[in-house]
Amino acid sequence: MAKIIVVTSGKGGVGKTTSSAAIGTGLALKGKKTVIIDFDIGLRNLDLIMGCERRVVYDFVNVINGEANLKQTLIKDKRIENLFILPASQTRDKDALTKEGVERVLNELAKDFDFILCDSPAGIEAGAMMALYFADEAVVVTNPEVSSVRDSDRILGMLASKSRRAEQGLDAIKEHLLLTRYNPERVEKGEMLSVEDVKEILSIDLLGVIPESQAVLNASNSGQPVILDKDSDAGQAYLDTVDRLLGEKVPFRFLTVEKKGLLKRIFGG
Amino acid sequence: MSLLDYFRSSKKTTANTAKERLQIIVAHERRRRNSPDYLPQLERDILEVIRKYVDISPEDIAVSLEQRGDELSVLELNVTFPEDKR
Repeated sequence: MAKIIVVTSGKGGVGKTTSSAAIGTGLALKGKKTVIIDFDIGLRNLDLIMGCERRVVYDFVNVINGEANLKQTLIKDKRIENLFILPASQTRDKDALTKEGVERVLNELAKDFDFILCDSPAGIEAGAMMALYFADEAVVVTNPEVSSVRDSDRILGMLASKSRRAEQGLDAIKEHLLLTRYNPERVEKGEMLSVEDVKEILSIDLLGVIPESQAVLNASNSGQPVILDKDSDAGQAYLDTVDRLLGEKVPFRFLTVEKKGLLKRIFGG
Repeated sequence: MSLLDYFRSSKKTTANTAKERLQIIVAHERRRRNSPDYLPQLERDILEVIRKYVDISPEDIAVSLEQRGDELSVLELNVTFPEDKR
């Protein structure tokens, strides 16, 4: 039975698609058969981040409307076994995703996959609600910044009330906090909310902390999920995140500033 | 902590301000989210009753329902009377 995980945030630009691409790729690297679905209808971008934008023939809405089948539509990753992408449609029709249609596609994918990752659009409109509705678990991507934290809390409220699990009285969606764009230097200077601060405010389990990193832009520039850049801090932080998602106990890294020399420690800087 | 930080440490950081602001607004929004649908109407009805006797405006009244444990719910009613009507 497949596990359905939504990657969501409320606020835009916090790293949902980057995280979906990295975590999906990481799960596949671990041998789990994984599909990442782009729920951002009208603003397709997962394909670019994954580097398969020129291989899109059919899309999610085509499958829902019966214009193409899953086999024709799923894009198989060329680098990693077990990894597939279901691209979003570029249609401007906001109601292109129906609950029945999405459920039918998810059920069909569930027969074949270990993990179904739903990359949610920003906001709390229909698309975002559809992405989280069928989820078993949620990765709430948050930046250490006031508007992102507040929006994340809003999304936590939606997960607890507007999901299938909530409506049918099943066990609640398992919520994970993924803190991205974390800058330990600014945290030490008191200019940025710390991991502990955000954990305390949102009171959910911490899944991972991804440091603010040049590797992320380099990765998206070249269409390589950043987790494949194994020498980078962000890549390693995502590898740890995937291990934790699979239930392993992994210590958190990249939370503190590297030790400075004696002079700097005396005079600060 | 460096020597300079020692002298700076008495100042409140912007991160602290952010945390305090977030704790207040998040708590407020959670309370509203978790309150039953009838609460706004209840608030309006109570307002009407009080208005029969004292002229108060909608922002002078706050109604909240707080769950304390499994057995006990506390309905809290907060009415601010204007200075000259007391």
